[in-house]
Amino acid sequence: MFKIAVASGKGGTGKTFISTNIFGALIHNDHRAVLADCDAEAPNAAAFFNTLHVDSYEVTQMVPVIDTNLCTYCGKCREYCNYNSIFILPPVKIINVIEDLCHGCGACSAACEYGAITEKPVSLGQVNKYLTGDEHIIIEGRTRIGVMSPVPVIKTAIKTISNSADTAILDAPPGTSCPFIHTVSAADYTILVTEPTPFALSDLKQSVDTLRIIGKPFGVIINRTGIGNKSVQEYLSHESIPLLLEIPYRKETAALYSMGKLVAESDSFFEKQILAVFDTISAQNGNCNHKR
Amino acid sequence: MEIAIISGKGGTGKSSISAAFATMNNSVILADCDVDAANLYLLFNPAHEEEEVYISGHKAVVDDAKCTNCGLCIDYCRFDAISPGNDKVIISEISCDGCFLCSRICPENAITMIPSDKSRMYSGSFRNGRMVYGRLSPGEENSGKLVTMVREKAKKISEKYGVEHIVLDGPPGTGCPVISTITGVDKVIIVTEPTISGLLDLQRAATLVQKSGRTPYIIINKWDINESVCTGIRKWCDENEIPVTGILPFEPEIVESMVHGKSIIEYAPDNKVSNEIRKIWNKIINNNQL
Repeated sequence: MFKIAVASGKGGTGKTFISTNIFGALIHNDHRAVLADCDAEAPNAAAFFNTLHVDSYEVTQMVPVIDTNLCTYCGKCREYCNYNSIFILPPVKIINVIEDLCHGCGACSAACEYGAITEKPVSLGQVNKYLTGDEHIIIEGRTRIGVMSPVPVIKTAIKTISNSADTAILDAPPGTSCPFIHTVSAADYTILVTEPTPFALSDLKQSVDTLRIIGKPFGVIINRTGIGNKSVQEYLSHESIPLLLEIPYRKETAALYSMGKLVAESDSFFEKQILAVFDTISAQNGNCNHKR
Repeated sequence: MEIAIISGKGGTGKSSISAAFATMNNSVILADCDVDAANLYLLFNPAHEEEEVYISGHKAVVDDAKCTNCGLCIDYCRFDAISPGNDKVIISEISCDGCFLCSRICPENAITMIPSDKSRMYSGSFRNGRMVYGRLSPGEENSGKLVTMVREKAKKISEKYGVEHIVLDGPPGTGCPVISTITGVDKVIIVTEPTISGLLDLQRAATLVQKSGRTPYIIINKWDINESVCTGIRKWCDENEIPVTGILPFEPEIVESMVHGKSIIEYAPDNKVSNEIRKIWNKIINNNQL
């Protein structure tokens, strides 16, 4: 399966717009495609399709439970915990687990010499599975509100795709830190979506630096050209980064998106452009997933 | 007084509005908490007066000479970061969470934890006060901790210079850096836009704020992109007893002002959006929601 991540450093440049339209155009043209919404803190992609919710998987993490009858308040678990999630006051025999800070690494369990630590699962969110009208799969990671890191949910969502189609489109979370990295490292190719503004250019540079460190191929779509300036185009040509597509700013496009509609559905020219981007990427990188 | 601006969905106008708030008459402390994608320094060119190293975490590195490939670390690692190699284990830098457990249990002491020390926090004066911002080095993590460090610095500076208002420009989403941005602040503003995505993400962000026992202030930006979705957002806010503090139209001059390195207040002080933003600011700092 060939996986394409659609990402951007800056939020709101059009990741979900691009990923839903590529997916929509692919399935409309009888490709076997799956859409995975990995923006687990703000999942929206499924709202662009008429879907049937067919399955839900709970994503959990283990957190320690301390048996105060067995605990000697030696403090070794506190010393092993690198996330400050164990609070201990030995003189007054107080020990507490701060579950929100726990990463579930199991170091405290390994540290305890008195068998005082067991573990219980806590929910981090869900992975939802939807079917579109024509039976194509949409996978959605959705973190429980208040959970610190979406990464375990994102990892589970990506695992859930398994080999359910020929192509997977991963709608990535914004930024360049852990949630972004876990999504793009699972992909064979990354489309970076940007817009012609100074903020977006600055964030694009950071995304490019990150992808270069990870060593993954990528190209750029500039959304809303016509506003802002030309500095993104200049940067891309200076860095020899492929410019996949420029999408002019149109009020109609914004209006369709705002209502949760796919532009590619009503605009066959745009659908062709989006499919051409997909074909270019596949032709140049499509063999990646056959390498082992 | 700490005023945090968040959104759930990215690109709704957090930074543009933060920039406007930072250029009202009174001097402010501006803290850019979107450490993954810090941008406000581009507009304000703050002087680099102080720079601090931020250790974002640690990564496990295996010493080839000492590793016997026994696989104990593989059994212990909960992040699937370690896999068996030919004559030594292989640690994935991406999957490693930096928990130190492998380095503690390795019988050969073959694993060392290397600190990730490329991220920075900067602070200095800008044309309307002082600014603090973090820059997470590409590929590094734990942005929430850097946000906390940025906020602590901003508070210290506000006390030192007697500046009352701290404006925090937050990151998108609802996860760790957002939680770190809003924990314990005096006011939380959510900037949304009339799109389905904007509404869904507003709901999640508002729920997060309400979980901490507070009511967010809502700004609907670019309200004229879709009037019916805008009405839907207002209705949802009404039903959940969250007042809408202000609505702003789509204004191309906001993008223009950014291209010119200015906030809308500086670039077009008489624009109706500028006037509207001034009104919103006054409502918020005077705690007068309606």
